[in-house]
Amino acid sequence: MKILVCIKQVPDTTEIKIDPVTKTLVRDGVPAIMNPDDKGGLEFALQLKDKFGAEVTVITMGLPQADLILREAFAMGADKAILLTDRKLGGADTLATSKALACAAKQLEWDLIIAGRQAIDGDTAQVGPEMAEHLGIPQISYVAGLEYDGKKKFTVKKENEDGYQILEFEGKALLTCLASAVKPRYMSVSGIVDAYDKEVEIWGADKLQVEDTQLGLKGSPTKVVKSFTKELKQPGEIHEVDAEEAVELIVAKLKEKHII
Amino acid sequence: MDKSQYKDVYVFAEQRDGAIQSVAYELVSKARVLADTLGEKVVAILAGSGIKKDAKSLIAYGADTVLAIDDANLKEYVTEQYTQAVYSVITKFNPSIVLFGATTIGRDLAPRLAARLGTGLTADCTKLEISEDTKELQMTRPAFGGNLMATIMCPNHRPQMSTVRPGVMPKADPDANRKGEVVDFKVDFDEAKFAVKLVKTVKEKKNTVDIASAKILVSGGRGVGCKEGFEKLQALATVIGGEVSSSRAMVDAGIMPHDRQVGQTGKTVRPAVYFALGISGAIQHLAGMEESETIIAVNKDKFAPIFSVADLGIVCDLNKVVPLLTERLKKEIK
Ligand SMILES: Cc1cc2nc3c(=O)[nH]c(=O)nc-3n(C[C@H](O)[C@H](O)[C@H](O)COP(=O)(O)OP(=O)(O)OC[C@H]3O[C@@H](n4cnc5c(N)ncnc54)[C@H](O)[C@@H]3O)c2cc1C
Repeated sequence: MKILVCIKQVPDTTEIKIDPVTKTLVRDGVPAIMNPDDKGGLEFALQLKDKFGAEVTVITMGLPQADLILREAFAMGADKAILLTDRKLGGADTLATSKALACAAKQLEWDLIIAGRQAIDGDTAQVGPEMAEHLGIPQISYVAGLEYDGKKKFTVKKENEDGYQILEFEGKALLTCLASAVKPRYMSVSGIVDAYDKEVEIWGADKLQVEDTQLGLKGSPTKVVKSFTKELKQPGEIHEVDAEEAVELIVAKLKEKHII
Repeated sequence: MDKSQYKDVYVFAEQRDGAIQSVAYELVSKARVLADTLGEKVVAILAGSGIKKDAKSLIAYGADTVLAIDDANLKEYVTEQYTQAVYSVITKFNPSIVLFGATTIGRDLAPRLAARLGTGLTADCTKLEISEDTKELQMTRPAFGGNLMATIMCPNHRPQMSTVRPGVMPKADPDANRKGEVVDFKVDFDEAKFAVKLVKTVKEKKNTVDIASAKILVSGGRGVGCKEGFEKLQALATVIGGEVSSSRAMVDAGIMPHDRQVGQTGKTVRPAVYFALGISGAIQHLAGMEESETIIAVNKDKFAPIFSVADLGIVCDLNKVVPLLTERLKKEIK
């Protein structure tokens, strides 16, 4: 079995702060990590590899420094890594990103594609399903469990707001996985040593066999027209009081608003 | 692309087990405002099996037409079946805007459709407006973990599509006398493409409350600390007729269930009164509750950011305030 896993390098958004004076994002010193849902997806792939023997290829589209997460994937147990990087791919929205990844996938052999549900820097959850559509294969999103019968059938647990669905398929498909569903393995010591001896294949846009108009900014139907920090509403009164007074103030407010 | 060929605002009216979801009414209400600005119509797509009984309710909230796709293939949500159904509506009528709820269904269906249609899609919007000059849809959403807001447009492709989180758009007052029609729509399914088989659906979360529909929320954070602390919040909530909700810190700590989490990765709520007790007011928390009508915050740190959105801020120990307030309200409300 051959599995292609899509991963993305993202800023650790828990570390991002807004500069209170300039109201802009402070990105300096924010660590770049493998997106958590993608890491969950990689773990699912590696578990299939452990049980059934699979060749796991990781692919990322990004800046040259995304090499780092590919090395991390090697150290976890991935067999091959591809870095898709090109100026022509810059400024891509989800449609253009999914197009590029789908075109890259068309150059490779695989039985299953695994991606993360969403990336923490964008939270869109769109690239996986869009990629599946470009490839003409089914998708299952919000994957929390995955089993394989060793022959051809996959059984998948898909989470939703009220519980879950159990779905089955045979043949090719794309799954988007939840980080919360698995605990990704640590990099092994020998893995870390080997990770830097292995070769990351570098692909440019020319490898994708698609017109440039479908890629990057040109291939993106959506345009960001402005970005801004949120303006908070006008704060109301603040009182530093003891508990008795606090209760009086709260009761008065509830009466004013006709709650009681 | 000739944009003049595309008009009207379509809403994917999500139903589960035949029950039209609150987010469908929220979106129809919003679509009404957008369509009135454009001088266009609102059309709700109601897909499922045996779903027509409540179709008229969508009209009461602002739909001019409900397209009912009643087909056994749509009994439960599966991506390809629903994609084919909605795709055939969109390619037949050429809407200019299509809105989906940002639920596990909407966030699975909308990107699949966007790629099939070759158009743009903006996820998890919190604000939708029509630009005054170009009449384009302006979609605003949080980015970078809620630290930044981005306004996005889809100027050269149609339809303009977005998903909107449940609880974000206020519902209109329903008007049972509004005029509109329910029209049947037939889909020729390509069943050969149904590659994924649904084995079973399991409902796990019984007896859960929907904090998004509560009028009063008594919400606790790390300052509440433990299960016993939340029991005191529950006592307060019971007296005042509210529900208990929580910050993510208490969900991560395993003290509160995820379905009671407020915020960017939890639920968006806009109750009449939101009590923020021992919640610092991180930006991801504010994202889920700042639209509440009245916010009452109790925190012992007078510099806590929650005070920047509170209508009434109390700098005090919540452990003292909560029991006293509960006793007092018992007397007030009899
Ligand atoms: C991508 C991302 C998504 C996130 N999504 C969410 C989300 O959906 N919802 C969410 O809530 N968070 C979310 N968070 C986490 C968020 O950043 C905060 O960490 C979290 O909201 C903090 O919870 P808290 O206010 O309860 O805890 P703290 O920040 O620890 O605040 C506790 C507060 O309690 C006060 N306090 C303590 N004791 C008392 C007392 N006795 N009386 C009165 N006050 C007291 C303290 O002064 C303090 O202000 C997210 C973070 C990230 C990075």
